[in-house]
Amino acid sequence: MSSSTSELSRARYVIRPPKSWLPQNPRELWDFRGLLARLAARDLTLRYRQTFLGMIWVVLQPLLGAGALTFVFGSVAGLKGPHGVPIFVMSFASMTAWNMFGTLTSRSSGSLLGNSAMIQKVFFPRLLLPLSTLLSTLVDLGVSLLVMVGLLVYYRIWAGPAIILAPVWLALFALIGLGLGSMAASMSVRYRDIQYILPMVMQFLPFVSPVGFTLANAPHGLRWLVVANPMTGLLEAFRWSVLGTAFPPMGVFVYSIIGTLGVFTLGIVVFSRLERQFADVI
Amino acid sequence: MSSSDLALSVRGAGKAYTIVHNATDHVTMAEVVLERLKHPLRRADREKFWAVRNIEFDLHHGEVLGLVGRNGAGKSTLLKLLGRITAPTEGEIKLWGRVGSLLEVGTGFHPELTGRENVFLNGSILGMTTKEIRAQFDAIVDFAGVAKFLDTPVKRYSSGMYVRLAFAVAAHLETEILLVDEVLSVGDADFQKKCLGKMRDVATTGRTVILVSHQMDNVRALCDRVLLLDHGGVEFIGNVREGVNRYLERPTIQTTAADPALRPGSGEMRITNAWVDCDNSAAEEPKVIRFTIERRSELAERCFIAVTINDSEGRAIAHCDSNMVGAWFTPGDGSVDGEFKLTSPWLQPGDYSVDLFLCNAGVLDAFERALSFTVRPGYPYRGGASDALVQRDLVVPDFDVRAIPGSIARASSEIVMRAPDSPEAS
Repeated sequence: MSSSTSELSRARYVIRPPKSWLPQNPRELWDFRGLLARLAARDLTLRYRQTFLGMIWVVLQPLLGAGALTFVFGSVAGLKGPHGVPIFVMSFASMTAWNMFGTLTSRSSGSLLGNSAMIQKVFFPRLLLPLSTLLSTLVDLGVSLLVMVGLLVYYRIWAGPAIILAPVWLALFALIGLGLGSMAASMSVRYRDIQYILPMVMQFLPFVSPVGFTLANAPHGLRWLVVANPMTGLLEAFRWSVLGTAFPPMGVFVYSIIGTLGVFTLGIVVFSRLERQFADVI
Repeated sequence: MSSSDLALSVRGAGKAYTIVHNATDHVTMAEVVLERLKHPLRRADREKFWAVRNIEFDLHHGEVLGLVGRNGAGKSTLLKLLGRITAPTEGEIKLWGRVGSLLEVGTGFHPELTGRENVFLNGSILGMTTKEIRAQFDAIVDFAGVAKFLDTPVKRYSSGMYVRLAFAVAAHLETEILLVDEVLSVGDADFQKKCLGKMRDVATTGRTVILVSHQMDNVRALCDRVLLLDHGGVEFIGNVREGVNRYLERPTIQTTAADPALRPGSGEMRITNAWVDCDNSAAEEPKVIRFTIERRSELAERCFIAVTINDSEGRAIAHCDSNMVGAWFTPGDGSVDGEFKLTSPWLQPGDYSVDLFLCNAGVLDAFERALSFTVRPGYPYRGGASDALVQRDLVVPDFDVRAIPGSIARASSEIVMRAPDSPEAS
């Protein structure tokens, strides 16, 4: 864009009234990568310092969650796992992906209000705050994945080469979580209601997402609601990758991909749009 | 000069805030929606309030600019624009270098993290790279004097140690452009001198600095130019002497800062009322100031009040921190009244202004130029004073000289002959 000779006389930063819809400056995000690492490290340190069981909580959470789902859908509703996969393993795989999405959403949604002093006093790309919650979430995910590998070995489940695509589905879960979380975070700066609404939404979502059941045995009357949820395709695709269950119908799958990218983009756009008022309103 | 010498250039910058009248502040969406349903057609009266407008100036590399102005003149807003904390509503600001700010010391400090972890976190929040922090780490720890406690969580630090470490990180920022707000260096009386010394160092080492100060002797000593803000506009920019004189000419009492919420400081406690009980008093009469401290957040339980008395030249002649005399204020859930009394030294006849600060670990409320009072002409000496001589002094000494009773002795030639430092003299 510019030659290196004019680089010297060009200002390093130009501050103007914000106009565009996407004022996220990639170079600036890159300049502040050190801060991103520090914030992420702080998040991780604080989460497990002064907890007695420390990392064990990370293992216990999805195990207890999967146990509860197994009880509800397996014993009470009498559903069977697909393709001979025990319903507990199926629930655990779903919970692993789902928990990453859920924790990422809730942690990133609280990241702005939790750091209001920083926002009022120092400049840095605000998007770093929701992004910084990703690391601690990934650590949780890693532990959960280890347990899952153990389960797969124990039950001798092998999905085949599709397993190499598993990280792709997890990345998409991360995108939708970050998108939703950033949107909630930026809106909660002005309206604190979001802090109350989001947990309710997060409680309701697993019931319209095939976490403890599959799309195939979703109740017919509610099938449309499950299909309308972009996470349905991702969950089915993830289980296809790790458990060898059926790949989701193509329509559902494509819709999921588009929906996920859409939610992520919308989240970033809303965040960028509201970002300029943070310091004045928070 | 070519533009490559420029460190900073501001062109027509302005920041407007929207003030909503006839509508109460709706914090929740439910309230907003309800309001909309009740009055579908009414639009709240919105008024734009320009905190600063049409600001234009350039700053060259290595220059130290003193930013002066009364409270509410727009100094903080201008600093926020330059520090990119908030975006301008109009105009353009160009920066040739990174901007670091000493606006708030200890931003991002977390009580659960150790001193070491906080240095790295706070340093990167302030804009230092990990490499820079590593290079400065020993200097920071030395300056703060907390080497022994580096791996202790800062929640176990005394408030003095905490402030020292926080300031030490900020003081070692090496950005090309530095924004310094002198007010916020107050807090720990022992440490204040060190901080001011460090600020002087920074200002004299060829860095580009914007210094906000009410201490005109500091502005005179440190700055190359002065920018005087008034009502959100540039009233004057140019040489230091003229700028300082223009600033001092303005009346010191103002109403804007009377709104506690608009004042600098973290706001956990505020001075809601303050008045002088010594206006037009004689030099020897006690100077009494009364004030009310209100607690506004549960985060702070107690504070001390720092009273600074400035003369008409803007020189601080007395710093009186109540913690020095063991006075702390604990407003409980409401407010507490207090009284400050200065009995000595006596003050020179003339006009004085008073700055009030509430502090504990940091500055809770900075109420600069909060009050003013006048000391009546005349000196309290029984024998009358030689005005020409006494007038030049900073203060009026409360002193007495007398002969020691019973010490009258007859002079003898022997005594007169003695050398004055002779050990035999009695």
